Amino acid sequence: MTATPAKVPETADEPAPGPAPTSTPAKVPHGHKRLLTRRDRLTLGLMAGVPTILHVALVWLTALASIALAFTTWNGIGFDSIQWVGLQNFRELFTSNPQFWPAVEHNVVWFVVLILLPTPFGLFLAVQLDKRIRFSRVYQTAFFLPVVVSMAVIGFVWQLVYNPDTGLINSLIGANKPGHYIDWIGDPDLNLWAILVAASWRHAGYMMILYLAGLKGVDPALREASALDGAGEWQTFKNVVFPTLRPTNTVVLVVTIIEALRAFDLVFVFNKGAQGTELLSILVTNNIIGESSRIGYGSAIAVVLLVISLAVIIPYLIATFRKERRA
Amino acid sequence: MHDLSPSGPSFSAPSRRTLLRGIGGATLLGAGIPLLSACGGSGTAADPKTVSLGSNSSDAVPKKAFAEIYAAFTKKSGVKVDVNTKDHNTFQEQINSYLQGTPDDVFTWFAGYRMQFFASKKLATPIDDVWQKIGGNFPEAMKKLSKGEDGKYYFVPLYTYPWAVFYRKSVFAQHGYEVPTTWDAFVALCKRMQKDGLVPIAFGDKDAWPAMGTFDQINFRTNGYDFHVELMAGKASWTDAKVRKVFDHWTEILPFHQEGAVGRTWQDAAQTLVAKKAGMYVLGTFVGQQFTNKADLDDLDFFAFPEIDPAFGQDTVEAPTDGFMLSKAPKNKAGAVELLEYLGTPEAEQIYLKSDPNVVAASTKADTSSYTPLQKKAYEMISGAKSLTQFMDRDSRPDFTSTVMQPALQNFVRNPKNVDSILSSIERQKKTIFASG
Repeated sequence: MTATPAKVPETADEPAPGPAPTSTPAKVPHGHKRLLTRRDRLTLGLMAGVPTILHVALVWLTALASIALAFTTWNGIGFDSIQWVGLQNFRELFTSNPQFWPAVEHNVVWFVVLILLPTPFGLFLAVQLDKRIRFSRVYQTAFFLPVVVSMAVIGFVWQLVYNPDTGLINSLIGANKPGHYIDWIGDPDLNLWAILVAASWRHAGYMMILYLAGLKGVDPALREASALDGAGEWQTFKNVVFPTLRPTNTVVLVVTIIEALRAFDLVFVFNKGAQGTELLSILVTNNIIGESSRIGYGSAIAVVLLVISLAVIIPYLIATFRKERRA
Repeated sequence: MHDLSPSGPSFSAPSRRTLLRGIGGATLLGAGIPLLSACGGSGTAADPKTVSLGSNSSDAVPKKAFAEIYAAFTKKSGVKVDVNTKDHNTFQEQINSYLQGTPDDVFTWFAGYRMQFFASKKLATPIDDVWQKIGGNFPEAMKKLSKGEDGKYYFVPLYTYPWAVFYRKSVFAQHGYEVPTTWDAFVALCKRMQKDGLVPIAFGDKDAWPAMGTFDQINFRTNGYDFHVELMAGKASWTDAKVRKVFDHWTEILPFHQEGAVGRTWQDAAQTLVAKKAGMYVLGTFVGQQFTNKADLDDLDFFAFPEIDPAFGQDTVEAPTDGFMLSKAPKNKAGAVELLEYLGTPEAEQIYLKSDPNVVAASTKADTSSYTPLQKKAYEMISGAKSLTQFMDRDSRPDFTSTVMQPALQNFVRNPKNVDSILSSIERQKKTIFASG
C-alpha cells in the first residue's frame, strides 16, 4: 500500500461522491434486465439468497453475538444469566490474565517464523522442482504429504517424537536420563520452537505447491529473453521470475497470516497450550468450551483475535480492490 | 481444561481423547456460541416402563459393567433402562447444555461441588425420598458428599477411589525403606532414594491435573479439611500465609520429583514406577491400570500421604466419587426413583466392581470379600477417614480450576521461586471468576 487508504479512487459508472472526477468515462450500463426471464430471476435469487442467508446467520450473526457477549459474563445456563459488565472482561484480560500477552506474542512469533523460514524454503523447493528434474513428481508428493495430513495427526506424531522419556529425539541424544532431561514439550523456552518445527515442516510443503503453481504460470518466453540477454540463473530468478510471482506472493502472505492466526489444533494436541505455547485460539477454547463456560470472557479473547485479523485483512482487501478497479 | 480430570478411573486412551477434544473444540470454535442444546436427550416419550439414562462411561469395560447393572435392575423391576452413552469427555464438556436441553431422566455425574453447582442452578431434582430407602447403606462422609448446598440429597454414589502415595513393595524391601508417616520421614526417604539412584517421586503433569492432586494432599495435611473447603469455594485467599505454607512444603519436595514433569503424561510417569526407576508416586488408585503385568500389580502398594500438622494427622482422604443424579424434569420420575434406589444398593455396586478392580464401593454394606488386597486397603482408608475431599477440580468451580489453577500450577512446578507472583495472580483471577454468577 502506498497512499492513504481512505481515498479509494472510484471508477464507478456514476460520479463518485466527494471531489468529482474531472471527466467521467462514458461507459453506459447495458440493459441486462430484459434478458432475464422470471425463472432466471428466481434461480438467481435462490442461488444468491440461500448462501447469503447462511452466510449472515453463520458468520455475521455469530460474530456480532460474540462481540456483544464479550461485554457480558455468562455461564451458559439460561439466557437470563447474561450480565452486562462493560469493559471488565477486557480490563481483566489485559491486566491480570498471565496467559494473554504471551498468547499474543506467540501468535506473532508463529507468523514471523512461518514467513521467514518455511516460506522461502518452500519457494526454493518449488524452483528446484520446476526445473523438471528426475522423479520430480515423487519429491512433490513427499513434500506435499504433510499438508494432506490433518494438523491434529501432525501434533500427535510430533508429540511422540518429542516425548521426553521415550521420544525419538531424546532417545537418540541420550537426554532421557535424570540430570540430562530436555523437556521439549513442557519447557517454555523450548516448546514453542519444537512445535514450530512441526508447523514449518507442514507449511513448507504448502508453500511449495503454491509457488509451483505460480512458477508454471511464468511465461517461458520471459526466461528465454533473459537468457538471451545473458542473465545467469540467479539473476533471471531475481529480476525476471520472482517479480512475475507477485500475485502468488500475495496469496502466500495471506495464507501464512491466516495460518498464524488460526494455529490451534497442532498445539492443542501437542500440549494443550501449556506455558510457553499459549495461543489466542487456545485461550478462547479453554474459556468457552467445556464445563468452564466463561462465555463472556472467552468471547472477549475472540474479539481480540477478530480485531487482529481485521487489522491484517482490511489493508489487504483495500489493496486488492484498488488493483481490481485499476485493471 | 477438564478433559482428563481424574474423574473416573475409566480413561485409558488420553491421547485419543485429547485428539477428539481438539477436533470438537475446533468445530465449536467455528460454530461460535454453543448451540449444543440440540445434542442432549433421547427424546423418548413418557413410557412408565422405560427410564432414560445419560451415561459418560464410554470405555468398553465400565460400559459393560453398567449395562449389567441395568440388566439386573430390569430383571428385578420390569422397568427398562434406555441408555444414551456419550464419550466420557464430550459428556463432561456438554453437561451445561445437556442439562438445559432435554436431558435423560437419570445421568451419571460426580459428587462434590460439581454436583452442587447444577443442583443450585435447579438443573437437578432433589432425591430425599430415594435416600430414605438407601441411607442406611452409606457412611456419614458419603451422605455429606451427596447433599446440595440446600441440605437436600441430589446424588447417589456408586463407587469411589482414594488418592495416596503408591510404591512397590519389592523396591522398599530391597533397600530397606520404611513407609513414612510424618513429613520429616517422608523428606528423609526422598533423600535416601535419590542417593540410591531412584527418582524419589514420579511425576507427570502434561495433562495439568496431577499437580492439583499433589497440592490437595499437602494442603489438607497442612491446613486441614475445612481450609480445603474454604479455599476451593473461593472464600479463603490464595495469598493467605496458609497457602504459602503449602507451597513452601511443596518446594521442599519438588527437587525430588521427576524432572520435566510438564511434558510427561501420568501414564509415562507411572511407567517409571512400573520399571522400578521411581520410588513413589502420588496419584489415585487408577495408577493400577498401568500395571498390566499381574506380578507387578501384586507388588503395588500405597500409603496415606504423610502427616504434616499433627492437629490434622491423616484424617482426610481424597476420594473422588462417581454416581448418578436425577435431571430437572424426568419424564418417568417413578421409574427413575426406583432405578436410583436400586443403584444405591450394595448389590448394584458389586456388579460394577467385578469389572473394575481399581475402585471400591461407595456403600459400607457392599461385600468386600472379593476385594483385592489393594481394594481392601483403599476401602479401609476411605471408611476410616474423618473427611473426604473430591479433588480440586471437583471441589471448586471448573472454570477456575481449568483456566487459572492448571496453568498456574504448571508454572509453579517449573518455577517454584515465582510462587509469590503466581499466588497473587491466582487470587486476582479468582476474585473475578467467583464474582461472576
